[in-house]
Parts: sequence; C-alpha cells; structure tokens
Amino acid sequence: MIARNFRLSLAVFFTLFILFLYGPTISILVLSFQGPEGGLTFPMRGFSTFWFESLFDGVGVIDIWGAFARSIRLGLVVMVLTVIFSLMAGMAFRRHFALSAFLFYATISSLIVPSIVISLGVALEFRIIDDLIKAIGADLQVQWIIDDFRTTMGLFSSGLGAQLTWTLPFGLLIMFAVFNRFDPSYEEAARDLGAGPWQTFREAVLPIIAPSLIGVALFGFTLSYDELARSSQAIGGLNTLPLELRGLTTTVTDPTIYALGTLTTAVSFVAIAFFLTLFVLLRRRGKATVPQESLP
Amino acid sequence: MIDLKKHSAFLLSLPFALVIFAFFVVPLCLVIMVSFWDYNSYSIIPDFIFTNYEDIFYGCIRDLPNLCTSFATYLSSLKFVFITWLLTLVIGFLVALFLAFCIKTLQMQIVLFLLCTIPFWTSNVIRMISWIPLLGRNGLVNSTLIDLGVIDAPYEWMLYSEFSVIIAFIHLYTLFMVVPIFNSMMRIDRSLLEAAHDAGASTMQILTNVIIPLSRPGIIIGSIFVITIVMGDFLTIGVMGGQQIPSVGKIINVEMTYLQFPAAAANAVILIMTTLMIIFAMTKLVDIRKEL
Repeated sequence: MIARNFRLSLAVFFTLFILFLYGPTISILVLSFQGPEGGLTFPMRGFSTFWFESLFDGVGVIDIWGAFARSIRLGLVVMVLTVIFSLMAGMAFRRHFALSAFLFYATISSLIVPSIVISLGVALEFRIIDDLIKAIGADLQVQWIIDDFRTTMGLFSSGLGAQLTWTLPFGLLIMFAVFNRFDPSYEEAARDLGAGPWQTFREAVLPIIAPSLIGVALFGFTLSYDELARSSQAIGGLNTLPLELRGLTTTVTDPTIYALGTLTTAVSFVAIAFFLTLFVLLRRRGKATVPQESLP
Repeated sequence: MIDLKKHSAFLLSLPFALVIFAFFVVPLCLVIMVSFWDYNSYSIIPDFIFTNYEDIFYGCIRDLPNLCTSFATYLSSLKFVFITWLLTLVIGFLVALFLAFCIKTLQMQIVLFLLCTIPFWTSNVIRMISWIPLLGRNGLVNSTLIDLGVIDAPYEWMLYSEFSVIIAFIHLYTLFMVVPIFNSMMRIDRSLLEAAHDAGASTMQILTNVIIPLSRPGIIIGSIFVITIVMGDFLTIGVMGGQQIPSVGKIINVEMTYLQFPAAAANAVILIMTTLMIIFAMTKLVDIRKEL
C-alpha cells in the first residue's frame, strides 16, 4: 500500500528523530563525568565523578537537597490526588450529570491556557486571601494573625493546586480513553450476579482498568516532579528542584549543572521504569485471569 | 433529602471539579478582575480603570507603521508560533505515519511509541540546557564543522538565538503532535488503504486522499496544543534565547516579580484572548471528546 522506498525513508527519518530526541540528553550525561579541568563542552578532559562530588558538597547558597526532597514529596501527593480524582471523575463522566459539559470544557481549558496565566491567577488568589485574613485579624484584634501570620501560599496549598491544574486534565483524558474502550458487559455480569455498586467497581471494573491507573500515576508524578511554569509564581518561599534548576542555568557555569541534570533525569527514568514495569505486570495478570473468570 | 443515587455521578466528579474550580476557574476570574484594578509599588487597589490596558497599547496606533513594544512582542510570538507549528506538524505527522503504518506488530508499535514519549516525562529545563554542549560556540556542531573544513570560525548564531529557541520548541513539543495524530491514524480502517491501492492510487495519492483527511482531528488537536504552549511560553524563550528575546509570557513574568499584578493581569487577559481566538477557530473544526 505504501511504497517500499517511502517506508524506508520514513524509517530513516524516525531514527534521526529519535537521535534528535535523545542525543542532547546523552551528551550531558556523558559530560557530567567530565574531568576536573573540563568545561561545559566537549572534548572530555578525563573521566571523573568530580562534578557529582561538587554537587554533593552543595551548589553555592542553594539548598539542592531540600529542593529535591520537596519535589519528591509534592510529586507523590500530586500523583495520589491525580489518580483518585481522575478515576472518580472518569466514572462520573460515563453518565450525564449536572454541569458535566461545563466541567469538561473547563478541564480542557485548564490544559491549554498558558501556564504563566494560571501561575499569575493562583498567586493573585492567595495574595487576596492573605490580605483578607490580615484585614480580619486587624479588625477583630486576633493576636496571632497580627503577630505571626505571613502567607497562605506554600508548597502544599498554592503549589499543589497550580500543579493539579496541569496533571488532572491529563488524568481525565486518559480515563476517557479507557472508558471509551471499556466493555460494560463485565459490569452488567457482576450486577446480574448480585454485586452491589461498590463490589462491582472493586471486583469487576478496577482490575480491568488498573494498568491505566498506573499510567495516570506516571503522568501525575513525572509531570509534577518536572513542573515549573505553573508553580513558578505560586510556590511560596521554598522552591522545588526545577525552579532551582532554572535559576542555576544562569549562575552555574561548570559541569555541576550537568551532574544535577544527570541526577534528576535518573530519578525520572527510575520512576518511568517503575511505573512501566508495574503496568506490564498488571496487564499480564489481568490477561491471565480475566478470560478464565469470564468463562461461563 | 438529597437522593444520593440520582446524583452519584455529580458527587463522583465533585473532588475533581472543586480543584478545577478553586485553582483554575477562580484564578482566571481574578486575573480578569484584577486587570481593572489600580496598583502602587507595594499593594494592589480594588478599582475599575482601563489604565492597565491603555498602558499596554500606549502609542501603538499613533506610531504605526512603526511597531510599539506590545505589537512587536506579539508579532515575535506569532512568528515563533507559526514556525514551530509548521515544523512540529511535518515532523510529528511523519513520525506518526511511520508508527501507524510501517510497524507491523502492536508490541513493536508500543515500544517505539514509548521511546518517543519517555522524554516528555523528564525535565524540560534539563532538556533545554542539554543543547548547550552541542550548539555553543565551542560546541559539538561547531567543532565538527571546523574539523571538516566547512567553516573557519564558529557560528555564533546557534545558541541563545531564535534558532536555538525553535530547536528547543521542536525538541520539547513535537510529541504533542505525534500522540493525537498517531491516535487518529490508528482509527483509520486499513481496508480503505487497500481499496485505494487496488484502485491504482500511488503512495502520494493515498496520503493526500485517505490518510491526511482522516487524520485531521489529530492534526487539529495537536496544533491547538503546540500553538497555545508556544504562544504563552516564557521559559524556553528565556533560557534558550539568552534572556534577549521578548515574549508575552516573559512580560507577565517580569511584571509579577515587580509586584505589578494588575499590569500583568491585563497582559494575561490579552494573551488569553489571542490564544482563544486561535483555538476557537480550530475547535469549530473538531469535537475533542469524540476523538479519544
């Protein structure tokens, strides 16, 4: 159907695309092992872990490890909330409900409205809340507000919310894709056998869609761990790792930044490998058990 | 009493809806509201004035045909949008075409598809700075070209330039084209291709008469993603442009760091209007929900 020559050139093009995609990352992986005298570019002047050691000693005044821990913690919270909320909403969207069309369009908009606008909006929201709390505190003479209250902005308030506006739409879109392909006869069978709604969900629906939920978790964690545009103005006083990294791009001029890049990429790859393995295992298990159980 | 069963779908959607409401709908309304507020150097003052908008377009009409800062910035952003859109569309389409029609087994398709997707789950900043050792003055590309005798002195325009910004955009966002186009292509009934082939169509004719029209929804969804991301970008243009190239996102960002929230909000409203107009034109052409 498609001429052989054309297929061959597409294969070459695809290979080049993959090289383009991975080549730069590989080059900084290699350069992060640059010798102590080496610089930001090739050639390699020796091979050492010097820059990793310099990274472990700390980069200037920035608390890299604190930022790293914050990113991981926030990523895990975003992941859990994204899976639970998307799953619930995905189930809900199988039927028509009040404001469902509005919610759908709001979710899509949340994905495509420029991140800087959302960051601005969330920052404004919390600034206005802060002003309100301070005003109330002054009016009612609440001592702890007058003395100690600074801001409601923070990693797990404004930062979390800003990131969820990015991960939840992906979660919902995956759930749409899942339920569009979902065969409701399994549910009907469970109901016919006398299962209640909760039992039907837990024993018929959940095992079938479990691999896809791993996919949602993968998006939730990795997108949060690397997220930067939306949280940039809405994270409060303590930065996450990507925000620190962006600052470092202008101040650090030695391969330490590559070492840090190698490290965060390694964390991403470990997370991706973990979720993909889990996905494959769950699918295999699902394939092995579902057909047998569904025999008459 | 509320009938739980009747409203169960609504209740199920509630946590999701509340987050979207609290962190997207409300902030968006606040941006619009605050764009009409007044401000001084340390606080924002509730008001209803148009000064913030007037400031953005101050002198823009009067100075035509010379471009004021705002017009020049939007024009620059639109230029990036157009070039990036065109290149990601062509590359994304060809990659999706290969994945959908040249790979025989589903397993191989999944593996290669994942190979394209994995970088999306890693850090954008790292993927940007990973171009420095390649495109820099002493980078791999320059030194190779010098070694080959193609050039005598290193090219200076490859890094911290419009060129490197576009390279980074393609590097970061082609996936947003590949996924929806691939998705549309996988839904094309293979017998249509056979029928076209049997009727004597060449590869080119199959492409233009069967595959491209049937991939249209994917092409449009991918285009919406790429256009809106590039339109509002401030990070890539900042890092890869060496902080020298203007963009609307960067203006908003700078105004926020100076705590000029109402001015930033007015810029944000205009940015949203511009992107909305583009998306509106595109969603008229496709129903996203049916395509998943």
